[in-house]
Amino acid sequence: MSGTARLASAATPVRRATHAPHLAALALLLAAVLVVVIGSGAIAIPPGRVLSALAASTGLGVTADPRDVAVISVLRVPRTLMAALVGAVLGLAGATIQGLFRNPLADPGLLGVSAGGAVGAVAIIVFGAALVPPSLRQHAVATAAFLGALTVTVLVKRIATREGRVLVATMLLAGIVFNALASAATGALIFAADDLQLRDIMFWTMGSCAGADWTKLGIVSFATAPLLLAMRLLVPGLNALILGERQAHTLGISIERLKRLAVVLVALAVGGAVAATGTIGFVGIVAPHLCRLARGADHRWVMPASALTGAALLAAADGAARTALAPAELPIGIVTALLGGPFFLWLLLRQRARLDGP
Amino acid sequence: MIEARGILVRRRGRRILDIDALAIGGGGLTCLVGPNGAGKSTLVRVLSGELVPDRGIVRLDGQEVGAIGAAALARRRAVLPQATELGFPLTVEELVGLGRIPHAGHATWRDDAIAIAGAMAEAGVAHLAGREVHTLSGGEAQRAHLARVLAQLTGTPSERAVLILDEPTSSLDLLHAHAILRVAAARARAGATVIAVLHDLSLAVRWGDRAIVLDAGTVIADGVPATVLEEELVGRVWGLPVRRLSGRDSTEMAFVPR
Repeated sequence: MSGTARLASAATPVRRATHAPHLAALALLLAAVLVVVIGSGAIAIPPGRVLSALAASTGLGVTADPRDVAVISVLRVPRTLMAALVGAVLGLAGATIQGLFRNPLADPGLLGVSAGGAVGAVAIIVFGAALVPPSLRQHAVATAAFLGALTVTVLVKRIATREGRVLVATMLLAGIVFNALASAATGALIFAADDLQLRDIMFWTMGSCAGADWTKLGIVSFATAPLLLAMRLLVPGLNALILGERQAHTLGISIERLKRLAVVLVALAVGGAVAATGTIGFVGIVAPHLCRLARGADHRWVMPASALTGAALLAAADGAARTALAPAELPIGIVTALLGGPFFLWLLLRQRARLDGP
Repeated sequence: MIEARGILVRRRGRRILDIDALAIGGGGLTCLVGPNGAGKSTLVRVLSGELVPDRGIVRLDGQEVGAIGAAALARRRAVLPQATELGFPLTVEELVGLGRIPHAGHATWRDDAIAIAGAMAEAGVAHLAGREVHTLSGGEAQRAHLARVLAQLTGTPSERAVLILDEPTSSLDLLHAHAILRVAAARARAGATVIAVLHDLSLAVRWGDRAIVLDAGTVIADGVPATVLEEELVGRVWGLPVRRLSGRDSTEMAFVPR
């Protein structure tokens, strides 16, 4: 039996699944979403005029309605890019953490990583006025968010891992604990805050892309670039880790180095994202899961695809947040929770057998 | 060829492995047998370079294991454990593809594709290539994992390759257990160093060319399985008096408690 099978398939080597065409298609989809989202809002601009306004503002010598150009380049583009960048980071961070924990339920929001970042950011808002000169305020907020996110990531990983195995229930419970502690800390800070700070804090706890400008975008890019660029370095290790730590080790992967790298990059990226837009849940769980449903769990696909999908999802969610109740604006965290909550519930029901054993 | 010299491993003050000198080469399947807690898994982890012993040295073709780079070591030494739980669902082909991770930068994707197809055919799972591993029976899944380690060693000359099977057949039915050992023995006879930890002595006699009996962390017998695994030794080491029943020839034996 095996003899004939060997002949048959040695003659026609299996085609190695290549993910490039599907990633290109996803990138095109993202571009389309961005154009539509940039065009929608209080002043609706059809896609054709969006494209010519974009071309005009980059100095391509295309003539466009100056009002379109102003609306787009000053307001909509930075905001939509911010949503896309934060979405990409959350999607990629979700895929990374899930690969590291070997479980699809891990997510920066659920594990309290985002909340830890928010505590850091809020602390700087409340106490920073006395400590940090105004010119460095935004950087200090981003740094504090990073440190908060890093602390929680490291603690959850420590608590939920025993002898190299991740205890899923413990991991999720640790996430509940850190989310509760973080909201208590945020509550205490709110108590100490004045009215102006209060408005800023509200924005952090619900998440919003409003107020995005090119400076903020720069800071976020700086914090998130390492994860986006180092994605390639994480892929082989995360793939090997599907087999478990022991076997990943026999495949030549240095587990400790992989963990350290992943944890620091995720904390930096999520910290940067939280500093800019507050805590936004569920993107990190929905995006990687959709990608795995579409083409399997190979991280060569899941990692870049989660970034692209997360970007498209959050850009679309921001568009919905701006337009659903126009002229009023919904916090984006509410939109993602409304969409992501039921999705997570569905995922939980599917995983129920695995979580609580047979 | 793996050589171990002066190996000592201690756990909480107890010596769990104490081996003076041991050399295992290719040309035939080497079976590692012994009662539970004899130190078989520890020895396997030391030989694979996974566990650094408290004292002693392990050499692979004369080169110290610890001095070989992680990826280079992974290209010539693969380990198949008793059971593997996948963190995410994979198809058989994707699983086998994981064996190619250490070859990144050393093989073209065409080499990889041929290695994956060849390994699946060798392990008899080519017809399952597109199936998700968690939908397979335990035996089929273990054969898929076997294909993964075979793919990992593809590209390394047989005589330099080391395949370590740590209780690969413990939860398998008769058909799959024999299928896995048939593949392992064939690899060994083609020149690779293949070491299988086995609990079923009949399997060791049937497929092994050499049996190393481990008890309380030391080697107490080493040789042709049918010669080494006598009633007296088995009774003494396993603490259970047995009768050895022979079949057609010296590779067919059953051990039954008296």
